[in-house]
Formats: sequence, C-alpha cells, structure tokens
Amino acid sequence: MSIELTQPSQSTQPLLRVARIDKSYGSTKILKACSLEIVPKETIVVIGPSGSGKSTLLRCLNLLETVDAGKIFFEGRELTRERNRQHLVRQEIGMVFQNFELFSHLSAAENIMLAPMKVLGMSRHDAHDLALSLLDKVRLRDRADAFPDEISGGQQQRVAIARALAMKPKLMLYDEPTSALDPEMIREVLDVMAELSAEGMTSIVVTHEMGFARRAADKIVFMDAGEVVETATSEQFFSGVVHERARRFLDQILH
Amino acid sequence: MSLHLLLDYLGSAEFARGAAVTLVLTLLSLFFGMVIGLALALLQSIPSRIARTFSFVYLWLFRGTPVLFQIIFIYNVLPSFGIRFSAFVCAVLALSLNEGAFMCEIFRSGLHSVKRGQRTAGLALGMTGTKVLLHIVLPQALRVVLPPIGNQMIGMLKLSALVSVIAVQELLLIANQTASANFRYLEALSAAGIYYLALTTLFMLFQGWLERSLDPKRKTRMRRISLTERLLGVGQPVVR
Repeated sequence: MSIELTQPSQSTQPLLRVARIDKSYGSTKILKACSLEIVPKETIVVIGPSGSGKSTLLRCLNLLETVDAGKIFFEGRELTRERNRQHLVRQEIGMVFQNFELFSHLSAAENIMLAPMKVLGMSRHDAHDLALSLLDKVRLRDRADAFPDEISGGQQQRVAIARALAMKPKLMLYDEPTSALDPEMIREVLDVMAELSAEGMTSIVVTHEMGFARRAADKIVFMDAGEVVETATSEQFFSGVVHERARRFLDQILH
Repeated sequence: MSLHLLLDYLGSAEFARGAAVTLVLTLLSLFFGMVIGLALALLQSIPSRIARTFSFVYLWLFRGTPVLFQIIFIYNVLPSFGIRFSAFVCAVLALSLNEGAFMCEIFRSGLHSVKRGQRTAGLALGMTGTKVLLHIVLPQALRVVLPPIGNQMIGMLKLSALVSVIAVQELLLIANQTASANFRYLEALSAAGIYYLALTTLFMLFQGWLERSLDPKRKTRMRRISLTERLLGVGQPVVR
C-alpha cells in the first residue's frame, strides 16, 4: 500500500503543472522559465542556494506573487487567469511559512478554527472538534489553549501545519519550514511532515534538510539563479547522477 | 469659599445638564472621529494616488489649524453657504473632523504594527482581503492603539470646553455664566472641575476595563495575582 503511495503511476494527471514561468522584481530576474509538475500524493523537495528563487516559485503557486509570463495549471484550471478569484484557489492550497506566522491574538486551537469558520462557514463547535483532532495529529492536543508566544518554535510550526490542514487542502506548500528553528526542534516538525507525505498528502517542500529529502521526497528539484537546473527522482539524485551545479551545492551543504 | 454653595452647584440641574452635554459631545465626537480616522488610515494603505493625496490634504488641513479656529469657522462660515446647523451639531462636526486627523495617525501606526506575514498567512488560508482585515489585522491593531486612544478620549473631554465660544451649553460655559452672575468663581469653577475629574476618572476606568477585556489571555490568567505575590515575584504565570 505504502509503495503505491510513494510511487504514483505515470498515467496520473498532474495536480499542478507549472509551465515556463518568469518573475522579476524591477530589473532583477528572480525566476527564469521555471517548469514543474506534481501528481497527486507526490512529495517534491526543492533545494538550491539561497537567492535561487525557491521561495518565490512557491509563492507564485498559490498566487501570493503574480507571474510575469508562463502558466500555472491546478487540476487543469489555469491559475494565472484567476486573478480575481485568488482566494478560492488558496483555499485548496495550504502553506506553511518559515516564521510560522501564527495569529498572535488567537490560541493554538483558535488559529486552526479561524479559516474553517470564516471561510467555509463551519460552526464554532465543529471547528473546535476539527482543531482538536488536527492538534492530535501534530501531537499538541494538550496545548490547544496556549497562545503562540507561550509555546516553542517547533510547536508553533506544528500548529501552523495543523492550521493549513484545517482547510483540507489538495496541496501543501512548505517554505523553509525548519529554517527558523533551533536544531533540537527540527526533528519534530520534519516527522509530522514526513508522516503527512507518507499518508499521501501532495506536498512541495523548500528546505535545506537533505535528510528529509532522502526520507520523504519522491522527486528533487534543484534550482540555481532562478532556473530549475535539475529534476530527478530521489533515487537518481542521491545515487549521484546529478548535474554539476547540483553536485557543487550538495558538496557545500554536506561539507 | 462656601462649601454649601459648592454642593449646591454640584447638585444643581444646570451643572448636571452641562456635564451631560459635555459627555455626549465628547462621546459623539470621539465616535465619529474614530470612524473618520480609521477610514483615512485605510485610504492611506490602498495603492491609489487619489486616496493617499486626499488623506494627506485632510491631515494637513485639520492638524495644521487650531481646533478653536475650526469650530468658529464651521459655525460662522457654513451658514453663508446656506448650510445651517445648530451650535451643538457644529460643535460635534468640528471636533469630529479634527479628531479624525489625529485618530488617523493612531490607526495608521496600529495597522503598521501588524507584520506583513500575518496578512500573508491569512490570504494563504483563502481569506479575502476584507476578512483578513476584519479577523486578523484589526484585532491585533486594536490592542496597539488602545493606550493612545485612551489619551485622545481624555483629551477630547477637555477639548470640548472650547465649544463654549459658539454658545453650546456645556459644563465650562455653565460654570462661567453662573459665576458671572454673583462673582463666586471659586465655587462655580470648583464644581465644574469636580465634574471634569469625575468624567476623566470614568474614562480611565473604562480604558482599563477595555484593555483587560481585549487581552486574549484573559481566560488563562483568570487567577488574580495579589500585590504581595507580585512584589515577591511568586505566582507568576509560567511561560513555556
């Protein structure tokens, strides 16, 4: 069963397809003709040096950034044309941020309840049940009433994951989810993410954690200077069949 | 000083009515001032040159001229354009318009204090811009703006005395009129002063209550920490 989950058949329609997108800030080109494809239940890890455009690419996928050229298809719909319905697209794509960004005026449970109540019109009672079951999933049920500044970074990030899951997204985007964490807290967050991936949550993860890539990724995308330099299956990538630029990057981060 | 006369004034219907006019005038002007201020602050945050220019010109005009000038101007100039209001309405109008300019700056700093990432997180959850503003940005901004708004509340109470120049029967005018009849200024002004202090005290208590009720952690901090406990540094809520 788990083999089926981690190795989707080739015939599956892509959930998301990115076709040669460009993005510039002023005269600086951040993304150059980037392409990407992800099928349901797949986990893609995006790696690359800082400033290579990984985060920008991720933010283009849920329309937090508008692309200058190229197309993004989500379930066959062209997102780049849905500018005035961005919020509907984002309801189906969850996102987790480097700095957690939990709402500081709400408790852990309320953070999770907010979007289901205000966006989906769920009752307070149902939303609370949902919040507790999701907190269970990220092993934080006992901190339901804690406020963001009362829990550790690792716990905040797990609440943030639960908050994104509350909208029952079809795709999860993680933007360097462990970069702001102390080393001893990285593990607990990565474990939750790996678990979700194993259960078939389609995910795109920008991270420097090669251990996680090895453990949970189906595909590795290597970016450098705004370009997707290489897309490889996890096995190919870690057996060393990689592009020379990727090789150099790997040498650097693995010392 | 005649204590008897002072008590007489404090209990008199005129003084009570004057204080009521002052209170109503203050509350109305604060309310409309906050509405104007919030609207202006939001106008400044949208990417439209016209909106921002309007907001800038408004602030420039109403912060740049004395309130007293604005009160007299509205009371005396509007009728020449055929717009006639009672003195009370003119007073509320002038004080609200002036207050709006100052409230705008307070709200702007409040909105500014909410980190950009908080909005992004709301948007990423599929909320519309309005919902993000309503459920994420404003609740957080409100906590930041409460202390300066408390200042404005008390400031407005005292500012309202200025409208005596257009013969609105508020507290100070009543006191002044009463005193000028028998030259017992000490008693009349003391009575007005006591009313002002009572009203400001009321406002301070209200502000304190509001700050406590807006504190998100009030539920977890229900247990009151006694003064001795606080001095000894024990019984503090444990964080983390």
